[in-house]
Amino acid sequence: MSELQAQLQEWRDRILARVPGAPAWLGGRWSRVIAACGMAFAIALPFFFSSTNGFINATVVSIAYVVMALGLNVVVGFAGLLDLGYVAFYAFGAYSVGWFGSGFFFDAHVNVLSSAAPGAIGVHLNFVLILVCAVIITSIAGVLIGLPTLRLRGDYIAIVTLAFGEIIGTFAVNGQNIQLGGGETLTAGNLGISALDLPYFPGLGKFGLLNVRPWYFLILVIAFIVIFVAIRIRDSRLGRAWIALREDEVAAVSMGIPLVRTKLLAYAIGAAFGGISGVFLGDFDQTVNAGQFQFSFSVFVLAMVIVGGLGSVWGSVMGALLLSYMNYYLIPDVLNSLPHTFGLNFDLTDLNIGIFGFLLVIVMVLRPQGLFPERRRRMELSGEVAPEHPELGEATAGGVTA
Amino acid sequence: MSAISPTASVRRSAARPLDYLRSHIGAWGLIAALLALPVYYGVRDLTHGYTNFVNGHEVVHHDLSLLGFNLVEGLSNGAIWALIAIGYTLVYGIIELINFAHGDVFTMGSFTSVSLWGAFGLTAATGPLGLILGLALTLVISMLVCGSLNLLIERVAYRPLRNAPKLAPLITAIGFSFILQNTGLLWKGGEETGVADLIDQGDKVFNISGVTVHRADILAICVMVPLVIALNWFVSRTAPGRAMRATAQDPEAARLMGINVDHTISLAFMLGGMLAGAAGLVYAMYETNIWYFQGFQAGLIAFTAAVMGGIGNIRGAVLGGLLIGCVQQLSDFRIGPEWTEAVVFGYLILVMILRPRGLLGEETREAG
Repeated sequence: MSELQAQLQEWRDRILARVPGAPAWLGGRWSRVIAACGMAFAIALPFFFSSTNGFINATVVSIAYVVMALGLNVVVGFAGLLDLGYVAFYAFGAYSVGWFGSGFFFDAHVNVLSSAAPGAIGVHLNFVLILVCAVIITSIAGVLIGLPTLRLRGDYIAIVTLAFGEIIGTFAVNGQNIQLGGGETLTAGNLGISALDLPYFPGLGKFGLLNVRPWYFLILVIAFIVIFVAIRIRDSRLGRAWIALREDEVAAVSMGIPLVRTKLLAYAIGAAFGGISGVFLGDFDQTVNAGQFQFSFSVFVLAMVIVGGLGSVWGSVMGALLLSYMNYYLIPDVLNSLPHTFGLNFDLTDLNIGIFGFLLVIVMVLRPQGLFPERRRRMELSGEVAPEHPELGEATAGGVTA
Repeated sequence: MSAISPTASVRRSAARPLDYLRSHIGAWGLIAALLALPVYYGVRDLTHGYTNFVNGHEVVHHDLSLLGFNLVEGLSNGAIWALIAIGYTLVYGIIELINFAHGDVFTMGSFTSVSLWGAFGLTAATGPLGLILGLALTLVISMLVCGSLNLLIERVAYRPLRNAPKLAPLITAIGFSFILQNTGLLWKGGEETGVADLIDQGDKVFNISGVTVHRADILAICVMVPLVIALNWFVSRTAPGRAMRATAQDPEAARLMGINVDHTISLAFMLGGMLAGAAGLVYAMYETNIWYFQGFQAGLIAFTAAVMGGIGNIRGAVLGGLLIGCVQQLSDFRIGPEWTEAVVFGYLILVMILRPRGLLGEETREAG
């Protein structure tokens, strides 16, 4: 296996050696050009397909998962807190839209700038207000879940968060029997809350169910904002504090980093991203169903972050796109029809999870550090020195072991 | 396993009220929490009584036999979780990996056993001698199959990643979990499948002051106890067992002492898989139905048990398994099965807050 990896590394180095350096006004790196091209491509993409295309549909879901993965990356990648209960924040986000954007609470008659008819039963807030509610709810939930884990180490954090995720899943299922008074219940359980308000923006009008394009641009804007926020936080004082805590808790605390506040902020911010994506996915699916909030969801998002490269923003983006395309487009729409194209009477539908598992194993065995590892980690693994700090070369060369 | 919190200074700076609470409540608080459910329902049974039907008539009892019945069922159910939990604990103790595929190895144990019954022609009508021989053979083969399967998974998915970032093997574990689930799906289909009730598991064996013990309970305990004793003997008395303990304590030092660490890790996977295979057979006979997804839930519960007992500790895993079994049974019977998962995981969080090392965690790592 290592020969194969060495070969891949050699090819990569040989290709990179031929790429000329970017001009100085780009900071000497091509990454911004690549990012700008990626953004332009993402904006142009839906115009090449019809507005009801299945591929665009899968893309919308994939971008929503990008937001999820970026949130989990804050917790697991930046702060190093292994969270196996991320589904909790998806649930809170989705229930935010279920509670505040549908006729679910039939005794209430609240309507704030929403697309629902005036005087309609239920609570109907504007999509943006729902997002705000979701951010508040999930941040609080993130802090509450984070509190008991503060004194715990890596895998124990995973266990506690897993337990919280499962408990919240159980409450989602059984919520239909939890009375809130006046016949109202907490959730609609496995029946699901449906007929959710479609997003509505004054001036732009109301979204349709069939036309995917507005949804696409909505989630794209959200994703751009979240990517920007993630990068800025990573490079801020807070982000550096997270990375310091991740690398060595004792050293970081003795340098004056407030442990409790820093860790809880990681949970809160990661949770908020998950909540935002949860609102969107809930509304896009047009149902908030307790069956969606399974442990496998947490695992799916964690796999995106790790496959992409732990701690790396662009890694999380690519990991999320790769795995969700694999799951929502490649395997169901493309691979399943492949045997028939070759005239074989064989159906791959029964093999979906197996293929997904197999690909996970292959990717991780070939590239354990993830597809796009964080720059800091890459340098740590290979002993490279950042170009802007050549003087560090002396100090690190002796101490670095791959 | 290193200490949970590195230095006192860090501890003082963070979450002081919680630590204060923990140092004063500690293990006793946990024991009190574990006793809360049985004591509450015991007192309730005595004061309010419970009803059951005798010959079609509703009779109100004021005694503890229903609680006793719950606990017997809990212990026998817990015996299955204990067998699976040992697999988690062995692996975690040595390479600090949560082996997510372990629950699915257990599923494969059930599936192999049921298929073997078919191959051997075992049915509910088979005579006692044939049944015992057939089941013993099934047990051995199922253990070997699952042990080898776990060994194979280790070889393919974990060993290449020995020096990789810590979370990479977690993802390959999940990948293998999916692969095994898919294998199960193709093997027996997506529905829960009923299997022949070979030993008439619901048959009453004996009755002590109103607490009935069924054949299934006897079976679960009779498979679990000898296996755990054998494993304990192996780990504490034999040379490979000593190598396992040494590797768990310090892999590098063990390597310097001439222990083949790779072989030792493989051995831990083999043993864990074998116990999962045994658990698979018992589960199939106990529940009389099997499902390709059964290992998921069982894996989570068994993992909880391993953590509750103190992960890395074999006796802890057994204790945790039995306790979780009782909690689960009480919750199933008294609170409602739909809440069981929340109750079990609530207990897990309580353990993590009150005593993160688990119940027996302060002992040195037995088998890792």
